[in-house]
Amino acid sequence: MHQNTQPLVATHIEPLLTVNDLVVRFDSSRGTVHAVDGVSLSIKPGETLGLVGESGCGKSTLGRAIARLVEPQSGSVRLGGVDLTRLTRSGMRPYRRDIQVVFQDPLASLDPRCTVGMLIGEPLRIHGIGDRRQRRDRIADLLSKVGLSADSADRYPHQFSGGQRQRIGIARALALDPRLIILDEPVSALDVSVQAQILNLLVDLQSKLGVAYLFISHDLSVVEYVSDRVAVMYLGRIVETSTREKLWSSPAHPYTRALFDSIPRIDTGDLGRRRHMVQGDLPSAYNPPEGCHFHTRCPRAEEFCAVESPILRTVADSHVAACHFA
Amino acid sequence: MGEPVLSVDGLSVRFDRKGGALTAVDGLSFDISAGETLAIVGESGCGKSLTALALLGLVAAPGRIEGRSVKLQGRDILGLEGEALRRLRGNRIAMIFQEPMTALNPVLTIGEQIIEAITAHEDISHQKARDRAVSLLDRVRIADPRRRVNDYPHHLSGGMRQRVMIAIALACNPALLVADEPTTALDVTIQSQILELLDQIKRESGTAILLITHDLGVVSEYSDRVLVMYAGRKVEERTTRDLLKSPLHPYTRGLIAARPGRHHVNGLRTRLSEIPGMVPSLAEMPHGCGFAARCSFVVDACRIARPPLIPVGADGAVACLRIEEARASEHAAARCDAY
Ligand SMILES: Nc1ncnc2c1ncn2[C@@H]1O[C@H](COP(=O)(O)OP(=O)(O)O)[C@@H](O)[C@H]1O
Ligand SMILES: Nc1ncnc2c1ncn2[C@@H]1O[C@H](COP(=O)(O)OP(=O)(O)O)[C@@H](O)[C@H]1O
Ligand code: SF4
Ligand code: SF4
Ligand SMILES: [Mg+2]
Ligand SMILES: [Mg+2]
Repeated sequence: MHQNTQPLVATHIEPLLTVNDLVVRFDSSRGTVHAVDGVSLSIKPGETLGLVGESGCGKSTLGRAIARLVEPQSGSVRLGGVDLTRLTRSGMRPYRRDIQVVFQDPLASLDPRCTVGMLIGEPLRIHGIGDRRQRRDRIADLLSKVGLSADSADRYPHQFSGGQRQRIGIARALALDPRLIILDEPVSALDVSVQAQILNLLVDLQSKLGVAYLFISHDLSVVEYVSDRVAVMYLGRIVETSTREKLWSSPAHPYTRALFDSIPRIDTGDLGRRRHMVQGDLPSAYNPPEGCHFHTRCPRAEEFCAVESPILRTVADSHVAACHFA
Repeated sequence: MGEPVLSVDGLSVRFDRKGGALTAVDGLSFDISAGETLAIVGESGCGKSLTALALLGLVAAPGRIEGRSVKLQGRDILGLEGEALRRLRGNRIAMIFQEPMTALNPVLTIGEQIIEAITAHEDISHQKARDRAVSLLDRVRIADPRRRVNDYPHHLSGGMRQRVMIAIALACNPALLVADEPTTALDVTIQSQILELLDQIKRESGTAILLITHDLGVVSEYSDRVLVMYAGRKVEERTTRDLLKSPLHPYTRGLIAARPGRHHVNGLRTRLSEIPGMVPSLAEMPHGCGFAARCSFVVDACRIARPPLIPVGADGAVACLRIEEARASEHAAARCDAY
């Protein structure tokens, strides 16, 4: 049972991905949303960076901007030294295969009339990889990697359960041997028993293939399980980043602490647990609070928090937080 | 504790179709007392929502509700129809759903909807009903309720809408509140606010609560007893404390062990324990134990007949032929340090 499935990530290794001061805005009749508001992060080869935060805080937009499925207004996304945001559509082409995305229901946006084999083989065909036979072998290999039988290739997406559909999505994402997979809420729609199957699969694949993950989820216990490091987002900004161990043992940002305290636990003895419950609702993304975005709900807020925006500061080795009091 | 508020005996929901009926809820029995929260937990499709709907007589054709009795405060409500059923709903039983937006009327203000709920069951003046609506909004901790009564549902956040649903549910002081995944669509910080609110209502008014959830953390913190469902049947029912401390049914054990969180030992990740396979479809329900195909303790006898519910402890029950073997196997022990 106690098997080491953790990739060994040495600290001196150059990052695979470096995001710097990334900004994504959406304009609409209701106003402007700063969905991603100056985000910086990095991911090393073979590493899992978890990204948590409440719905609407910009996690998906950040993931999509990294994969260039949405265009950022400013900032850079460097993959092994190349700034993807400066590439043209055709210049981006060779790099597309390096970054793949898996969504909550990865087959929802795909043609339901295609067989699973066609769906998994599509990226290979688009990138002109292999002939028909080689592609068929590769599809069989990918199906077996994600724990599906070879005859799945001839069946259709609707014939599969939620967990199996997620396996198919992962197989498709793996087809081009990416260096980074952005997993956007990949287990959020699954029941816990099936969720465990998919999480184990993702961990196994990473240790075999050395692929890095950006693992987006609103579920802290899932993020804790898979991540080496974790970034916490609130209203478009990253408020804290640290290693998994440090974030869980000593969260520095009041929002991170509030998130942890909000999760219902199953430790039975601790009935009188004191909670730092967050008051109130998430503010509107169209009109986020001045100063520290969190001050309207923060139990520690002082007057100047509403004026002065805290920047990310180092609070310990490989641990940064954006709070005046962290 | 006296007579239970709700006493359900042998409740089933079937869907008639060619080639025999599908049984989605299969002979469920349980009680809930005043001031008590009973949680129903289980994976999607196991029949939780249908159970809730059946209590309120809300299962639509081709669904069919059967059972020996469903007693609310001693009176059998099974098979009530028409006006009698309508008066029951929102009067002595109220229900809140995962998606409040589907239950709210988008073209009426929230005040109008609460007033409607009050006057449907009570003959009071509009002004009195309006005052009561304001105080209900206050009770569910909506700030500035005098102004808020005039808001339309789309002005409100998901958490606020769920508070409005709770206000509507409370409009007639129900004896039983049925909450079907009331916080599944909400963020965790809002979830804890809503669940604390329900808990407080229970303590203040002695309302009996049926809390449907798939989250064992929610079960742990907000229920007194828990009924675990698998493929339409009750497989285990215990006090919450007992269930989490010493789960007996292999499915319950599997559910608890499959939860991620706190799986790192000396910085190394340990493998999550999986429940292999998946839930059988209603059309392919096995004869014996519904969990047999996924169970590591299965023996031939499990496949022959449906395992009966065996009493355990003061008021627990487990439907498994091999509890002793399961109890003895330490490797499947629950991870109670996880969250
Ligand atoms: N295409 C879009 N047009 C306008 N607003 C958008 C678009 N996509 C996302 N947003 C807004 O950007 C914010 C961040 O959304 P999203 O990245 O989906 O958050 P998350 O994934 O954390 O839930 C939200 O306020 C959302 O409404
Ligand atoms: N109209 C219907 N005809 C046939 N089966 C149905 C119908 N409605 C629901 N079911 C089945 O009943 C089962 C229980 O559903 P439900 O109570 O919604 O589960 P839960 O709330 O636990 O997720 C599911 O397997 C579902 O497919
Ligand atoms: S800067 Fe102020 S408002 Fe923001 S998290 Fe820190 S204490 Fe709270
Ligand atoms: S009755 Fe048999 S198959 Fe069913 S849970 Fe018990 S041991 Fe497993
Ligand atoms: Mg998202
Ligand atoms: Mg349901």
